[in-house]
Amino acid sequence: MLRMVRRDARHGFRRFGLHMGAIAIGVAALVAINAFRADVADSIRAQARDLLGADLEISSRAPLPDSLTALLDSAARGGVDIAYVTDFASMALAAPSGHTRLVQVRALEGGFPFYGSITTDPPGLWRGFRTGPQALVDPGALIQLAAHVGDTLHLGDTAFTIAGVVRNYPGDVGLRAALGPRVFIPARYLAATHLLERGSRVGYAAYLRFSTPAALDQFIASHHDEIRSRAVRYTTADARERDLTRGLDYLGRYLGLVGLAALLLGGVGVASAVRLFVEERIESAAVLRCLGARQGTVFAIYVAQAALLGLAGSTAGAALGVGVQLLLPRVLRGVLPLDVSVRVHPGVIVTGIAVGVAVAVIFALLPLLRIRNVPPLRAIRRDLAETRDRWRVVVYAALAAGLLLLARWQAPNLRSALGFAVAIGGTGLVLWLAALALIRVTRRAVPRSARYEVRQGIANLFRPRNQTVAVTLALGFGIFLVATLYVVQTNLVRRLSMDTGADRPNLVAFDVQTDELVGVKQLLVTHALPLLDVVPIVPARIAAIDGVPVDSVLAARGPRHRGRWAFTREYRNTYRDTLVNSEQVVAGHWWSNAPADTTGPAQVSLEEGVAEDLGLTLGSRVTWNVQGVRVPTVVTSLRTVNWARFEPNFFAVFQPRALAGAPQTFVVLTRAPNEDVGAAFQTDLVRRYPNVSALDLGLVERTLDAVLDKVTLAIRFMALFSIASGILILIGAVAASRRQRMMETVLLKTLGASTRQVRLVLRTEYAALGLLAAVVGIGLATLGAWAAMHFLFTLSFAPPVLGLVLFAAAAAALTTAVGMLAGRETLRRPPLEALRRLSE
Amino acid sequence: MIVAEHLEQTFLSGGRPLTVLHDLNLTVEPRGFVAVMGPSGSGKTTLLGLLAGLDRPTRGTVRLDGRELGALSEDERAAFRAANVGFVFQTFQLLPTLTALENVLVPLELRPGGRRPGDVERARGLLERVGLADRLDHYPSQLSGGEQQRVGLARAFANKPKILFADEPTGSLDAETGAGVIDRLVELNREEQTTMVLVTHDPELAARAQRVVALHAGTIVSDRRPDA
Repeated sequence: MLRMVRRDARHGFRRFGLHMGAIAIGVAALVAINAFRADVADSIRAQARDLLGADLEISSRAPLPDSLTALLDSAARGGVDIAYVTDFASMALAAPSGHTRLVQVRALEGGFPFYGSITTDPPGLWRGFRTGPQALVDPGALIQLAAHVGDTLHLGDTAFTIAGVVRNYPGDVGLRAALGPRVFIPARYLAATHLLERGSRVGYAAYLRFSTPAALDQFIASHHDEIRSRAVRYTTADARERDLTRGLDYLGRYLGLVGLAALLLGGVGVASAVRLFVEERIESAAVLRCLGARQGTVFAIYVAQAALLGLAGSTAGAALGVGVQLLLPRVLRGVLPLDVSVRVHPGVIVTGIAVGVAVAVIFALLPLLRIRNVPPLRAIRRDLAETRDRWRVVVYAALAAGLLLLARWQAPNLRSALGFAVAIGGTGLVLWLAALALIRVTRRAVPRSARYEVRQGIANLFRPRNQTVAVTLALGFGIFLVATLYVVQTNLVRRLSMDTGADRPNLVAFDVQTDELVGVKQLLVTHALPLLDVVPIVPARIAAIDGVPVDSVLAARGPRHRGRWAFTREYRNTYRDTLVNSEQVVAGHWWSNAPADTTGPAQVSLEEGVAEDLGLTLGSRVTWNVQGVRVPTVVTSLRTVNWARFEPNFFAVFQPRALAGAPQTFVVLTRAPNEDVGAAFQTDLVRRYPNVSALDLGLVERTLDAVLDKVTLAIRFMALFSIASGILILIGAVAASRRQRMMETVLLKTLGASTRQVRLVLRTEYAALGLLAAVVGIGLATLGAWAAMHFLFTLSFAPPVLGLVLFAAAAAALTTAVGMLAGRETLRRPPLEALRRLSE
Repeated sequence: MIVAEHLEQTFLSGGRPLTVLHDLNLTVEPRGFVAVMGPSGSGKTTLLGLLAGLDRPTRGTVRLDGRELGALSEDERAAFRAANVGFVFQTFQLLPTLTALENVLVPLELRPGGRRPGDVERARGLLERVGLADRLDHYPSQLSGGEQQRVGLARAFANKPKILFADEPTGSLDAETGAGVIDRLVELNREEQTTMVLVTHDPELAARAQRVVALHAGTIVSDRRPDA
């Protein structure tokens, strides 16, 4: 039988090699991403301690309690190395440039990091720069502040000399740098800045290095309660490794699903190619049966061929995948918190090839059933009706089961596996139906008065043995992926631009102290800037709920309780009498509608989600700890809040009488007519009130765009595989219909068509194909993006029409170019030579 | 009408040059009807292709209606065919995605300027003349072989050609159907006053021509009137 397979393969599937190329692309995507996942896991394991920089990190949002400090001091005396890092946001003013920028300050004390090394430029500065009032900065800081090494950087009341630039920092996530560049200063100059005295949000961390792992374990075991309390938490290098591995593995697995989608597209291509193949070979299969071959044998010959070609495609794909794997660390450099070293993973390669073969065979089975069922009589009677195979149901089931298994294998959990299987099945089905419908409509919609070349080009979509649906499906899916990302991203960014439009604030000053408020307002007047809003902020924690201390509430709920964060966090609350645009009362009543009350607990309005996590309803009593003062309140309303609106929003809003007298800071909102005025105001503001931070929304918008770009980069990269798959299927379809196309070209030329006319016919055909795919893909993408905006982000939606039109035009142009290129040989030959070749 | 002089055609076959036509001379009078006969491989189809300007000869010239085809570019030859030449093929060669009527219209639409008023009426009239008045909107796959070839005939005459080339027009049809098709072809040829070159194996069909040219191994071995 092997010989029969080989003999048949000579003239058989080989022409469909290009369709197997689509399988190769999918396998390449899978191998690349899964090998890269393994690389990342290896690298994390190798760099776990470097990533944390220590064996143990103890951190808090408040200064470490005295008891803990005492404990650490005694540990230090016992030979444990300890370093401290204090971090907070602050405005930095560079001289001589005069530029200001919100930066993340890190004040260092001790030998952090204990593991790994930090590269600086000029080199070797990390250990030495702390001898004086010097600062090291992220490269971004120099650019944003228009500063140079050697310039002066003002932080609060202290001037630092910029000694150099930090090139890498442990656990460095590129995304975080986008929120504001980092500035490193020696901790002993921190007090002189006077920045910590003014109620900004500060993080405190201690880093510990132990002589042995046992010492670490013993330290944690004996001091667990002190280092994991309500305000303090700890992380070990092992735990950080687990978290990072898990997080990145999830990311990798999700990216792998995009690769799997590309592979399934390849499967669709295979099914389409095999269907054509079967149509051609049905006669010879019948002849084989006439000659005595058994039903099973004939079927097996072709299944074996599909498997062989799948193997060839998958092997090529695996090789390509390893190549891509080498590329991925570069592509994802901005997103990953560590350096990834690459090596070859044989297991990943073998699995990838196996999956590729499985997909090729599963998708080939359905069309091959026709061959299994071919009656020998068919060899002499062409018009013999074919019977439906009862195995059809089994093959469908195998297809569904295969899809589920593949999804489960690649997805991080059963839920997302099911979600993926349903989504890909649904998307495929909708794309397929849409393609079918659109193709029908297109045929009807071409007016009889249109020029002949155009009508013929459209009619060509329906030529016998066409693969219009498969190509539309494959290209459409790739376009769908890319277009969805594009539409969602433009909508998110547009949202922000809209909020910075016209009368909206675009400049926010926060951490304004009570005694500075008048001065800041005056500064606005000096710069002719409008005062759009002043919002008081009162930090507080929850002390008790319905009379029960919060520690007891938490203890009763157990340590793994989902809403834990809501009990332990520091709330930044406000008070006012009116609702703002971004919120809506969904339960209870807002106090301006209630009868005035001056006694009893003050009313508070909670955001719906946080109320749910706290287990609170209308009438619940919450006692707050406002900087040592206990403030009793009763929940009288619940609100939904549109967090995406760029304005100060709050989990808890208090009745003014509850907080008006409490220590507070203010957020001041204004609108600068242009960047220069805004920058001048910020510079003045930092000079006069160094503790006040200012945020330029234009900058935030650009930052968000950059962050989204980075986040979606990996997905877009994977989506490219789908597009490549679609293009290969298109090329395969063109190649498979080569004879037919040549006949048409020759015939038209013989009947007197010029080369230009023939080209126009073909161009119309390919452009129509590309447009069909684009319309289907973009249509579905718009729907998907609308759903994402509506349900996920709860934001209004507007499709970027011009962008989408350009997108569709590009898709049509690309399809036309690829099609014309793939079919160019049919155009070049004189008609007689072509006729002769056809008859050979 | 057709003057071919010293025609020679050489192809590369399996890497070696193969001469299909040797120094062939042939003249066809206006409104003449010539049948070309000969065994397989004698060069019939090659001769037909060269006469119709589907390819350039390796040597020699072809003049159609006074135009030297060798001097024309491929597109110019195509334009010349669109204006002056009709074709009937052995395997019908209808475009599967077009209806019978649309297939007949193709040569008219390929002319510079595209379809003109009256074209649809002419195409419909031709289809009526070959007995397909009730099949105008059928696709080729919905027609029998004989019907498809009759659509082919209608298409061949659509552009009022001066010269018609027919390559084994009955080769794919059974005898009875073939005879019907030939009747229509001869009839249309007479009515439209076309010069016709017909390649065939079929002596009965050849007998209906004014002249029968026999080819063997790329040269003309006899040129006679069928009754002679």
